[in-house]
Amino acid sequence: MRRVRLHPLDRKLLRDLWHIRGQALAIALVIAAGVGMFVMSRGMLLSLEHTRDAYYERYRFADLQAPVRRAPESLLERARELPSVRRAETRVRASALMDVPGMDAPVSAQLLSLPRDHRPAINDILLRRGRLPDPARADDIVLLESFAQAHALNPGDSLHAIVHGKRRRLQVVGIALSPEFIYAMAPGEIVPDPKRFGVGWMNREALAAALDLDGAFNELLVLQSRGARAPALIEALDDLLESYGGTGAYGREQQMSDRFLANEIQQLGVMAYLLPPIFLLVAAFLLHVVTARLIETEREQIGLLKAFGYSHRQVALHYMKFSGLITLTGLLLGGLIGQRLGQGLALLYMDYFKFPFLLFQAPASVYLSAAAISLLAAAAGSLRSTRAVIRLQAAVAMLPAAPPDYSRGRRASRQERRLPIDQPSRMILRHLRRWPLRAALTVTGMAMAMGLQIGASFSLDAMDHMIDVSFNLADRQDASLSFVEARHASALQELRRSPGVLHAEAYRAVPAILRNGTRRRHEAIVGRPAGAELSRLVDSSLRPVTLPEQGLVLSDKLAELLQLQVGDMVQLQITQGRRVQREVPVSAIVQTYLGTSASMSLEALNRLLAEDGQISGAHLLIDDKQAMLLFRHLKQLPAVAGIGLQDQMQRAFYDTLDESLGTFTFFNTLFATLIVVGVVYNSARVSLSERGRELASLRVLGLTRAEVSWILLGELGLLTLLALPLGAALGYLLAAFMVQSFDTDLFRIPLVVSPATFGYAGLVVVLSALASGLIVRRRIDRLDLVAVLKTRE
Amino acid sequence: MGPAATTPRPGGGARPPSWTILPSMEPDTRRAPHLATRGLSKVYGQGGAAIHALREVDLDIAGGELAILLGPSGSGKSTLLNILGGLDCPSSGQVLFGEQELTAFDDRHLTAYRREHVGFVFQFYNLIPSLTARENVDLVTEIAVEPMPADQALALVGLQQRMDHFPAQLSGGEQQRVAIARAIAKQPAVLLCDEPTGALDSQTGILVLDAIARVNRDLGTTTLLITHNAGIAGMADRVIHMADGRIASQQRNARRLAPAQLHW
Repeated sequence: MRRVRLHPLDRKLLRDLWHIRGQALAIALVIAAGVGMFVMSRGMLLSLEHTRDAYYERYRFADLQAPVRRAPESLLERARELPSVRRAETRVRASALMDVPGMDAPVSAQLLSLPRDHRPAINDILLRRGRLPDPARADDIVLLESFAQAHALNPGDSLHAIVHGKRRRLQVVGIALSPEFIYAMAPGEIVPDPKRFGVGWMNREALAAALDLDGAFNELLVLQSRGARAPALIEALDDLLESYGGTGAYGREQQMSDRFLANEIQQLGVMAYLLPPIFLLVAAFLLHVVTARLIETEREQIGLLKAFGYSHRQVALHYMKFSGLITLTGLLLGGLIGQRLGQGLALLYMDYFKFPFLLFQAPASVYLSAAAISLLAAAAGSLRSTRAVIRLQAAVAMLPAAPPDYSRGRRASRQERRLPIDQPSRMILRHLRRWPLRAALTVTGMAMAMGLQIGASFSLDAMDHMIDVSFNLADRQDASLSFVEARHASALQELRRSPGVLHAEAYRAVPAILRNGTRRRHEAIVGRPAGAELSRLVDSSLRPVTLPEQGLVLSDKLAELLQLQVGDMVQLQITQGRRVQREVPVSAIVQTYLGTSASMSLEALNRLLAEDGQISGAHLLIDDKQAMLLFRHLKQLPAVAGIGLQDQMQRAFYDTLDESLGTFTFFNTLFATLIVVGVVYNSARVSLSERGRELASLRVLGLTRAEVSWILLGELGLLTLLALPLGAALGYLLAAFMVQSFDTDLFRIPLVVSPATFGYAGLVVVLSALASGLIVRRRIDRLDLVAVLKTRE
Repeated sequence: MGPAATTPRPGGGARPPSWTILPSMEPDTRRAPHLATRGLSKVYGQGGAAIHALREVDLDIAGGELAILLGPSGSGKSTLLNILGGLDCPSSGQVLFGEQELTAFDDRHLTAYRREHVGFVFQFYNLIPSLTARENVDLVTEIAVEPMPADQALALVGLQQRMDHFPAQLSGGEQQRVAIARAIAKQPAVLLCDEPTGALDSQTGILVLDAIARVNRDLGTTTLLITHNAGIAGMADRVIHMADGRIASQQRNARRLAPAQLHW
């Protein structure tokens, strides 16, 4: 094999790079972090979208769902004839309580029907193990995989369920996944908890019989023709189902699992376009500083090359290759890091998003975009130095550069002279004044790192605050219980007498559509008793709100979505019972972080519905010691449809947070450290290279190593101190921006950054700066006094 | 170049009229300690690539003496000067500063030795560009045990008018005089000058040498001056010729010439 002969200039390039390998590596790592984060988030976004679309397509996930109280099967034909309906199918859905061996508290579940003689035409399931229910057996059930796994249930096991007030024994025959339950979460919950929410599929006949729905259905599923407009079809479906108790059709964007998935994809999008540019900006700055210094030290060599006859372009290209190689290294590393992080993230996602499979596959376009933007950053970073190389005339280059002139800005200088500080400290001030841009960029780089750290970790503070407000201020009950059907208020007395119940407060919830002009929302109107102590509403200053006697109280997000303010009138249509339609005033707006809500006083709602004190469920305060007894009692009550336990909800929430945010915080700390080390180490190294001679002179004059180090490291220390408040401000801004971009009707993150988060971010910056300083300090200690002084600068 | 280097001085390089002898600058009776080397050798590198910069040098320099080291490049002058100044360590042999053996010092003690007893002047001045002339001198006075005021040191080299100028605003000769002022402000026992006039024209060079001679005379500072320039030899008490890392010959001048009387 012939040995590749490198051009001498390329060999010089490689040696130069080797000479400053520490700095080059630091820059390459900063680029790698940016590229890695981009590849990971953008690649994951595309992988999620791709997997979701393929899954939805293959298993025919419904475009529209229309719940209805009870409609005859014959209505299906009419639904199929509606314009732009590609396919339609009916099914039966039931809420149930499951009594799982080993669980004290009852588990909320959704039971769905499977057609008798064919696979579901819409919302098909993916059978992972076992078989589908035998049409001849009423008690066969196929369970959602996550739920079955959480309880170690396998085909052949059995469990009890209370369906429509009747307790029955069900036989597990299969385990399945469904595009409907990629993110499987009980209504009213905030994170999925497969232990406490189950999904099962049963024979249509069996389930219909349990709900008295023979020959009828309570949910219509629709696949639309491509390109059809959903709102028109929703109107048509609502008209069709209105007289059968339709509570309003809705599209995928309102389907819980799809909404959470879409929300995650949106967040990945924000991450892909918000964070990587920070890294690349920092990298551009570092390349600028390093190449500028390189050209300064190689001034005479540049002159020599030009004198030999190399063109300006050739010489400039040589120095551009320098940035290019560092960037390429970063790009390659970043691609690999992104790939690995993406694979890790895919595994993490599989914990929440139940796809049949989720492979991280970033398409070539992602890597190409990463390459394009990082090369752009590199070009931006080396632009000035490249121009300087081109402009430098051979004859001028071979003369030593004029010494830096510090006499500019005489007035400032005179003031500085009067400062009662020692000369080394004066040197620090003068140096900063002489190169303010570089100082500013160094400060900005460190501040960005700190900002990034705060932006990444403030979400824990925000979540803590959110939980505190949601669980300790607003919803202070231990459990929330819902009835299968609305019951008379006397049921509350019964509950209050149950074992372990310390206090119970009723609520009434009815499905409704709220309209303001063309804006409309499906929302449950919750009737709350006056003077409620457990489940309360709080205003934006977190003070409990007394429910007004008249009108609706909307959550801030709902008011925003409907563009309503206090005093405005809103069209309220109850989609249940007599389907009352009324115009009601908005009487207050309250603060919620989770979901949206519309409330009114229980009395007013009863009046509106012309009901005689009906309630849908109750919030309970429970005596811990008797909880087990109560659960056992509730499991026997046929009227109970579901129970939500606040402490379990909180625990599930924190488990999820610890797992996902913990990982992200780790990586962000790592990345922030990388930026600070990159910035501080490079600044210090460049400073050392520029001022090595000065520092050696001082050592010769008899200044100790510590005194000499102070000049270099004191300056960096000062810059670090300046970076701290700026970093705190940037972090707060970044947090505010993230709060803005994550603001959805599912949840809002409050803008809360705790002092500990600021402190931790500051500490990361200070410690990283200190570590970089120590590395450079070792070089100061090794300054060759004789060599430096014998040479002309 | 600044005006000081290009404008001929009255008296053709003689002491500028602005120079004044300050009361405290009367000839110093303090005797600077004796500086001596015994069997001093310095080898760079190893094996076949080893370079013997100094070979068994024995030298005694009396306190207050002004000695000039002459010799071609590579003869070992700078190595000897650096070792005497505590910047470098010998491979073998001893350096004695009075009763103290420098060769036994660690880095911390060598730093203290330089800080308290040695002044350096280099060919390329090595001033701190971000500090004015006065501040450059203050760098030393701030850490010295018994310094003279910076103004006084600068006046001694004739720069009282340019004390608040930055190095970039000074001519080469002026910069070198600041370097001398900085070196002597601590009132060092030893002043070591490595080609102090190497980068200067002869007129400016004479001004610089005049400053050095004055310091030697007025403060009694033991002064060692390296040069390539044999023309300077006349201003010394003794001229030491070096070649191949050895002292080739030494000669004593019966009478020291004033720098203004030198020609090269």
